[in-house]
Amino acid sequence: MSWANQENRYGDDKVFDACGLFGFIDTSGAMHDGQAVIKALISMKERGNGLGSGYAVYGVYPDFAELYALHAMCRSEAARQGLEAHLRQGWTIVHDEPIPHREVAGVLDAPILWRYFASPIGERAPGLSEEDDVVRQVMAINTESNDAFIYSSGKNMAIFKGVGHPEQIAEYYRVHEYYGYLWVGHNRFPTNTPGWWGGAHPFGLLDWSVVHNGEISSYGTNRRYMEAHGYQCTMQTDTEVIAYAADLVMRKHGLSPRLAALVFASPLWDEIQHLPPEEQRLCRAIRQTYGPLLLNGPFTVIIARQGEMVGLGDRIRLRPLAVGIKDDLLYVSSELSAIHLVQPGIEYTWTPEGGQAIVGRLGQRPQAPEHVLPREPAIERELSYG
Amino acid sequence: MDKATLGVAVPPTLAGEVVVDCLGRHYREVNHELRGLVEQGVESLRLINVAGQRYLGTNLQRPVRITIEGVPGNDLGAFMDGPRIQVLGDAQDGCGNTMNSGVLAIHGSAGDIIGHSMRGGSIYIRDNVGYRVGIHMKEYGAAQPVIVIGGTAQHFLGEYMAGGVLIVLGRRLPLDREHPSRYIGAGMHGGVIYIAGKVNEAFLGKEVGMLPLSDADRAVLQKHVGEYARAFGLEAEPLLARPFAKLYPKTVRPYGRLYAY
Repeated sequence: MSWANQENRYGDDKVFDACGLFGFIDTSGAMHDGQAVIKALISMKERGNGLGSGYAVYGVYPDFAELYALHAMCRSEAARQGLEAHLRQGWTIVHDEPIPHREVAGVLDAPILWRYFASPIGERAPGLSEEDDVVRQVMAINTESNDAFIYSSGKNMAIFKGVGHPEQIAEYYRVHEYYGYLWVGHNRFPTNTPGWWGGAHPFGLLDWSVVHNGEISSYGTNRRYMEAHGYQCTMQTDTEVIAYAADLVMRKHGLSPRLAALVFASPLWDEIQHLPPEEQRLCRAIRQTYGPLLLNGPFTVIIARQGEMVGLGDRIRLRPLAVGIKDDLLYVSSELSAIHLVQPGIEYTWTPEGGQAIVGRLGQRPQAPEHVLPREPAIERELSYG
Repeated sequence: MDKATLGVAVPPTLAGEVVVDCLGRHYREVNHELRGLVEQGVESLRLINVAGQRYLGTNLQRPVRITIEGVPGNDLGAFMDGPRIQVLGDAQDGCGNTMNSGVLAIHGSAGDIIGHSMRGGSIYIRDNVGYRVGIHMKEYGAAQPVIVIGGTAQHFLGEYMAGGVLIVLGRRLPLDREHPSRYIGAGMHGGVIYIAGKVNEAFLGKEVGMLPLSDADRAVLQKHVGEYARAFGLEAEPLLARPFAKLYPKTVRPYGRLYAY
């Protein structure tokens, strides 16, 4: 019996789902503490049910910026030592420590949490990049033992997650004490899969992090496609496959976020038919090449990596996504109210069409699309009955 | 959040207006307090520091006046029966869900499924709305729900619409620019949609026909666009002068033969 199933004593029967997502990037590179994302998630508490919450932050380990920050969850000290022995065969560990945390009432079943700052050593198969090698090693570790796995493996970024409400997990990891230029947060309402520590969002691989609201009804197809490319799904939830798919199409195949959006949330055939010929050819080629990576069903995701944050919803918007811009800051959120709450001076807000990628990139000041007009002031009136 | 950042012009305090501070509060507590105040006879409420609280105005079956500062949460005025609510800014998804009577005026944009299954009353959105607005609106006898959208709408406007009036003005949309709305009136089998400006006819719902306006249609528009303009302090005439088309359901039973063997 797996770790996830054994520790699922939370009585999470199938319920309506409505996870809460929030993310922002300061494209100027200015650093922010975790307060804003914590505050935003707490304001959307209704969207979660205490069975998972988590944060991802970029630019967080400047002292070890060139090393992979491997974050591990282990069920016992023996499992951790086993993991460490395994790591020492393939990695030079420069520094390692328990992930700082404090006990919080109501946070149960916390595993042993450890982080290793390390670089991979040894021979690589020809044609394999260093990142490919890290992916291979993480996959090997995560499929080998049921008692220890690596859930965050990027450089100068971290994921902090667990079973609890957003404020509990924030306090547990002391999230407000970290600084980064890009933050992503998630408040979970698990529906089809267990609420357990490894199943909390964000999901990560290399410097990818993915948070998700919805459910991927094409999960089986997507997973089989990813397995054929060497990615193993071990976390018992659909979101994991999106993180790996992002790595495959955006890192290995070099697709831009906008092309990746055509893979994951292609326009309907009906819409493709009406596009100009060049765009039609592009859309058809992408659907022919990446058909098994189309994400079917309702979803909104935030996909982040070093220097970039992408918000994307399914093509017929079955889950919400609000966007806001203030100077160098780009915000994406499940609810507009959370953006206003953390940034009262927000200049532009809008809801993008389904399937349209919202991209924030370090060094590129965010621009509202042409159709988003400046806000007109509200002039209060006496309302009569129409 | 101060008034300057919201761009709100506040009139002199109304007699008997009660201010409710919603800062950091859960919606259950806020709605409970509102209900208590209304039962005590309060007729005018001002909610300040609103940030995502849901179901505001849901359980107040009286014609109270409610002004909201901040962004209210989903299902604002769900099942609402009587109140007049104005939001001095944007609103989220599900405003007026299954609303029965009263008025909702949003001085900004609103999200998806506005007026979902609405049965009566009026919703005025000054700017734009998201997906599936007016989905399964209905009407019966004197209960005729109305939604007026000042700007434009995203896809599936009036989906499965069964009754009522849905008006889209395209106020800040140049006349040569198409509405972004696709699949308007998909599954529509009752009610009427009036839309001003260019519509991509290739993407109309299959169940929808398009007609020029009759005098009776003009009278309907005059009334509701007038109310919209009054709610936001705008001029009705330039809005009424825009080129409108009427969308109507070609059949009242679009799926009548779909499952008949």
